[in-house]
Amino acid sequence: MADPSPDRMLHMYRQMQRIRQFEEKVNQLFLEGRMPGTLHLYTGQEACAVGVAEALDEDDWVVGTHRPHGHAIAKGVTLDDMMAELFAKSTGCARGYGGSMHVGDPATGVLPAIAIVGGNIPVASGMALGFKMQKTGQVIACFMGDGALNEGAFHEGVNMAAIWDLPVVFVCENNLYGASTPVDQVTRLEKLSDRAAGYGIPGETVDGMDVLTVHGAAQRAVERARNGDGPTLLECLTYRFVGHSRSDTRSYRSRDEEAEWKARDAIPRLAAHMVERGITTQDEVDAIAAEVAAEIEASIEFAESSPSPAPEDCLKYVFTEEAGQ
Amino acid sequence: MTDQPQATKKMSIAEALREAIREEMQRDERVFCLGEDIGIPGGFGGAFTVTLGLSEEFGHERVLDTPISEAGIAGAAVGAALSGMRPIADVQYADFLFCAMDQLVNQAAKMRYMSGGKVSVPMVMRAPSGATTRAAQHGQSPESFFIHVPGVKVACPSTAYDAKGLLKTAIRCDDPVLFFEHKLLYGSKGMRAEKGALSPEGEVPLEDYTVPFGKAAIRREGTDVTILGKLMTVYRALAAAEDLAEEGISCEVIDPRTLVPFDVETVAQSIRKTEHLVIVDECPRTGGWAGEAAAVLQEAAFGSLDAPIKRVTAPDTPVPFAPVMEKYYIPDEDDVKAAVREVLRWR
Repeated sequence: MADPSPDRMLHMYRQMQRIRQFEEKVNQLFLEGRMPGTLHLYTGQEACAVGVAEALDEDDWVVGTHRPHGHAIAKGVTLDDMMAELFAKSTGCARGYGGSMHVGDPATGVLPAIAIVGGNIPVASGMALGFKMQKTGQVIACFMGDGALNEGAFHEGVNMAAIWDLPVVFVCENNLYGASTPVDQVTRLEKLSDRAAGYGIPGETVDGMDVLTVHGAAQRAVERARNGDGPTLLECLTYRFVGHSRSDTRSYRSRDEEAEWKARDAIPRLAAHMVERGITTQDEVDAIAAEVAAEIEASIEFAESSPSPAPEDCLKYVFTEEAGQ
Repeated sequence: MTDQPQATKKMSIAEALREAIREEMQRDERVFCLGEDIGIPGGFGGAFTVTLGLSEEFGHERVLDTPISEAGIAGAAVGAALSGMRPIADVQYADFLFCAMDQLVNQAAKMRYMSGGKVSVPMVMRAPSGATTRAAQHGQSPESFFIHVPGVKVACPSTAYDAKGLLKTAIRCDDPVLFFEHKLLYGSKGMRAEKGALSPEGEVPLEDYTVPFGKAAIRREGTDVTILGKLMTVYRALAAAEDLAEEGISCEVIDPRTLVPFDVETVAQSIRKTEHLVIVDECPRTGGWAGEAAAVLQEAAFGSLDAPIKRVTAPDTPVPFAPVMEKYYIPDEDDVKAAVREVLRWR
């Protein structure tokens, strides 16, 4: 498979840097006590979100999970909108109503992330049903972790998409652990994409630590979806470099295993590939990283100087017509 | 209603619901139905015939038969609504809503809020409610569960006029609506006819009209006691009121028509006149709608009450099978009459 254009590859690199640096920063802010809530970091899995998002058109959609920062940034939610939401500010992408686990922005084709494992799968199929009925030609990518495959919602949602040939791509990011539970303890399958056969749809397992490989597979799946040939189950083998959530000390896995996966980090891997091919230079790559760092500093400034919602604003947005109107 | 349009036709509730769906599907191409056995040629037209004939008229793409997948149906409705469609989903029995609780409670109800008001979920979920000798898993009245879920509206039509008008409002509503229909009120015909059904027919306007949410209907005017009931218990209350009139007791019977939003003011006004309130509900007692309505109404009209509010509800048991037990379980007119006499003893 041919590489994407140099511009797209450079953009992929920038997007992965945005996700990585955003999360490193918010983790630090969180540990310093400057940011409320909880965090499920995506660090290490950036190639999955970026590879898939870059195969989508602007008016296509994604729906993420409880670990959604990467999905949202990859599809185009701005760092200002993201940072302000995590700071619980009214300028955030969900005006402070959602927080880390529900980031999204319909203007960029990102549904509010659904933090119930597997809960986004029937919703994604429903959205794809709407696209098909309205003949819009749009596609939705539905992200899920390996744990979601054992939820009933997976079965119901994927089966419906299969029988109606709906334009949806199911992206399973297999990071080997559901919180602390190893994936081989909860399924007999070695390849999770084999589940696809049970629904009569194509399944493919790819290296989720290589953004170009993910992108190629996602392009094939998106094309199938857009052509009316139905859904694909795309399994991306990946690894979260950090714990499941803020309190996770990762005692359930070895430091050797972590080192092996970190050696396959998708970000330096893409940089090396581009430098090798003469598409860019190391200096240019470093400059991108520095630009992203500045962007993130600016987003923190934006978020910290933004107003908080008023306490009684919690009464808004339950219904489209507010009580008393 | 005083301003009923001219041309009307006598209809059952099932027919009135079908008319509402048909007219809305003609009016708005975004409206479509999805559910189990709703459009299969030679099939049932849904569990209680509401969608009969609609797939022939609108095609199977707009009357979409689904797998037996209640979570999938609810999720598909949420997603389709988010994409700009106006789905009318249904389950064959309201009991099956519990298979779809994550989609209804965590997704449909919260999507707007979690997005900070940036998206909305204009979907309807229809559900047949009520005990009909089908025992514990096909006879529940789960309305009360959903009044506890901020973000969904809950409608409970008890007449054919309301069935059409409320369903049209539900379909046009930009928020998720749980729409409960009582099995003994449908008036389904043929093989799907219900034994022991009341099947009230009523004059239904043939042209377009809606019944607003949050506006209760006074079904019978009276001066001594207010009886609040919904779905089937409206008719139990009316039957009790008829009998009590012969004893010289004048009952006012009120039907809230929607539980969310709930028209507190109409009932409170009635209490100011009658000074007594009985609430009749087929939901089990504890944590049920009757208790919530009692709390809200004593807050609104305590000073006018001459006696404690009395609840007449199903007991805190699953729905039993044996007809003699089921008859005991369901609040009937004798239970209502006893409750009315009890609250009037405080006079």
